[in-house]
Amino acid sequence: MIEQLLTSFIATAAFGIIFNVPKKLLLNGGLVGMIGWFIYISFVEYDFDSVLATFVATFFIALISQLFARIYKTPMTIFSVSGIIPLVPGGLAYEAMRHFVIDDYNLALQLAAKAFMISGAIAMGLVFSEVINQIIKKA
Amino acid sequence: MINHLDRTNQIVEVCLLAGKIMLQNGAETYRVEDTMMRIAASFGIRESHSYVTPTGIIFSIDGTGPTKLIRIAERSTDLQKVIIVNSISRKISSGELSLKEAYDMLKEVETNRLAYPLWVQVAAAAIASGCFAIIFQGSWSDFLPALISGGGGFYCLDFVHRLVKIKFFAEFLASFIAGILAMCFVAIGLGHDLDKIIIGSVMPLVPGIPITNAVRDLMAGHLVAGLSKGAEAFLTAFAIGTGIALIFSIY
Repeated sequence: MIEQLLTSFIATAAFGIIFNVPKKLLLNGGLVGMIGWFIYISFVEYDFDSVLATFVATFFIALISQLFARIYKTPMTIFSVSGIIPLVPGGLAYEAMRHFVIDDYNLALQLAAKAFMISGAIAMGLVFSEVINQIIKKA
Repeated sequence: MINHLDRTNQIVEVCLLAGKIMLQNGAETYRVEDTMMRIAASFGIRESHSYVTPTGIIFSIDGTGPTKLIRIAERSTDLQKVIIVNSISRKISSGELSLKEAYDMLKEVETNRLAYPLWVQVAAAAIASGCFAIIFQGSWSDFLPALISGGGGFYCLDFVHRLVKIKFFAEFLASFIAGILAMCFVAIGLGHDLDKIIIGSVMPLVPGIPITNAVRDLMAGHLVAGLSKGAEAFLTAFAIGTGIALIFSIY
């Protein structure tokens, strides 16, 4: 678990460097990614579906990003872009691709559909927190 | 009257420059439009219209002056510039900057190279790849192979992209190289889980910015921009997938 948290922190911070996030905000980006990944693995560990886990994790990633954006007076995407990276269904898409190549379309399509659902969950998570943000702004 | 027109033109120049820098460096479309109109408003132009797509900006001011168009050919990701332009726009809104000062500051941002040097980026990509191999339940023996093949793939992306200006091809080749490197490592006995190594090493190529921007733009009602950003993300994912698929069909 600690291993997972540590690597997700470093990986998201490193992604910040790839996207040229300023030095002093890199650690915040890493923190956002770590919290998101922590939520995801906790949900998966308690046998929730990975689609739901992704949705909840993305929701909180975007929420925390908005909080940071307000504190540091920067666009919110600085924090959320690298935060969602660990949730991207890279593994599933990879497996799907592998089965497509060996002509096992049954399994490939199943995996691809799952990967698509998870991508949708990421999008929905972003949307929901956006809505919450706008409600807070108006209130 | 001539003075007035001159000033209007200068305001338009400042707005377009700010918009151009933001769009080229990975800001969401709606943020670009919003920033341009805010800058215009704080210089006293109440009615302005901007229409931004990922490949061009159209900006017009009600009444006098022609509509201006800027074509955006090159796009990269440098969120630092987006932050700086954002804060310049805040300063303009609070009346801290004059028109001339704002223009000079923006020009400086445009010409400056603020990005991290390439070797730092490659190192970051390498470390991210290694960490991702662990995140996806790989063992620590997979860390080093993923680190090297991820870094190699990312360097290849940058190298090929400078050589040929086709992003799709660069991404395809990068994921192919990363996969080949991973396979070599497994073949010589370094690292044992090929799947985890490959997944980790292609992660730096994942289109994080297009994904988030596409969703945010679509939600803000910018359908054209959102869909084209989504298409960009999909193309990149497809390129990565093809590179990997090619490896398996050889293997």
